[in-house]
Amino acid sequence: MSASELSNRGRTWFDALAGGAQRIETGLASVLVADATLADERVRLLAIVPDPHNRFPRARHGEVGLDEAWALAYHVRAAIAADRSGVQRPLIAIVDVNSQAYGRIEALLGIFLSLAAAADAYATARMSGHPVVALVVGKAISGGFLAHGEQAHRLLALDAPGVMVHAMPKESAARVTRRSVEELDALGKTIIPMAYDIRQYARLGLLRELITGIDADAPSAPQITRVKERVAAAIADIRVDPGDLTSRLNNPEAKVHRAASIEVRRRLAEQWNA
Amino acid sequence: MTPTEHCTDPTAAERRDRFLSRRSVIEMRARERAQALLDPGSFRELLGPFDRLESPWLPLQGIVPESDDGVVIARGELAGKPAVIMAIEGAFQGGSMGEVSASKIAAALRLARGDWESGKAILPVLLLETGGVRLQEANLGEAVVAEIHAEIIALRRHVPVIGVIHGMVGCFGGMSIAAGLCSYLVVLPQARLGLNGPEVIEQEAGIDELDAGDKQMIWSLMGGEQRYETGFADALIEDDAEQLRQAIRDLAARGLPARHRSEAVDDYQRRLAKIDPTRPLDGPALRRLWPQGDRQ
Repeated sequence: MSASELSNRGRTWFDALAGGAQRIETGLASVLVADATLADERVRLLAIVPDPHNRFPRARHGEVGLDEAWALAYHVRAAIAADRSGVQRPLIAIVDVNSQAYGRIEALLGIFLSLAAAADAYATARMSGHPVVALVVGKAISGGFLAHGEQAHRLLALDAPGVMVHAMPKESAARVTRRSVEELDALGKTIIPMAYDIRQYARLGLLRELITGIDADAPSAPQITRVKERVAAAIADIRVDPGDLTSRLNNPEAKVHRAASIEVRRRLAEQWNA
Repeated sequence: MTPTEHCTDPTAAERRDRFLSRRSVIEMRARERAQALLDPGSFRELLGPFDRLESPWLPLQGIVPESDDGVVIARGELAGKPAVIMAIEGAFQGGSMGEVSASKIAAALRLARGDWESGKAILPVLLLETGGVRLQEANLGEAVVAEIHAEIIALRRHVPVIGVIHGMVGCFGGMSIAAGLCSYLVVLPQARLGLNGPEVIEQEAGIDELDAGDKQMIWSLMGGEQRYETGFADALIEDDAEQLRQAIRDLAARGLPARHRSEAVDDYQRRLAKIDPTRPLDGPALRRLWPQGDRQ
């Protein structure tokens, strides 16, 4: 992957939402953190961006690597600690993550635990009263998304080309399931959870909102204003009714396409004390 | 604790007797494992095969579903105390987490938390024999695996959540993150624990990065013994059901850790800062750098 192919969306949307707010030093060019003002409130923005000079070569294209995941955990937990006796500032994960770093040294040094630490920090923030919103502006692939986004109260995504959520990069998924990439694409059209397309993903009821009419790569000022409004609305909604990840089951799409999830929870509860 | 340490200087006859009386956990199916861990007569399966909660997505892809979707949820007692075992069947679809199988685990964790919130104790034990998210149910599997993460984090405020990786499938993908969230982890030497399966690393990064066919090298990176010796797991045991029961009891008796491994941010950041990725590093070298018990 050449430098020109590296996605700039994480940085674009970080800058758009930061609006000139001072960046917090993370020590990593791949991890952007700032406390910005959104709807008259201080919010913490967090983004992972490509760093072609990353000291870990497998984390140079916007993957969540060892350093990135621990840094996310650090900066999320720093906000939790600072706000313990005040207003819990909202946390906004800006998501354009090209999966996790796939390498031998990542395996050896336990990247599974690094990602667990990031997920843990976001979930802890969620349970400590911080509204947590994930805004998907590009790729949200696999472990990268589990570490940076999936533990949010609410998932928002831009309805734009190149915005996708998936459990595994396509070529790997093809190899592991012994299918061709073409077969995988065809399957995604009929089997909704297999799709790479964000509109299909929205049918699963997992997104709170799919924000339409936005240029994900070069947003106009009014488009940025609208995205900010939608994020602020999600924060206000969380403050009224935080819920947890199971709140993603309470919507018309989930009732159709996640009927099995709902049925398992209902029947297991019935049998638990039987 | 090494696999042999608890047995001080056994005679050859004792070693032989112990070997012959061992009940292999690896050779069991998930249901048998749950039965072997719970006290005799106390096993009660929830959402068992007769409830016929199958994957709605596999038949659409020409794959025969199973009536338990490859996860056994069993309540019972372990050493006289209430426990829930959540056991993944590695023999069905590689222990992969689909909508139903993952929901069974997420829901069981939540119900266990409900018990604690109403003053009832229950010990949660996860038997993690899984390749990770089931790719035939990709985005739903992943979404529910995120729910499992959320539930482990919420439940372990009340009680240690104990994970077990016995092998031979190992524990990969989103479920390796679940393993990283457990309060305590028990591993067997046959286990492997890693975010990315060796085949996926080879596919994504090339065979020069990692040769998925080189078993010895794979185990030296992510095998059970390596993970234990470098502080990623808390107990290393032999392939024996009684030893596993004892290890779970011992870890439960420790109570909640002062902080969970996934909360030790400063510690791991300090360790990582000392790693120079331009220099070769292998399993044995990491054992010297990050010895078991070294974490603060």
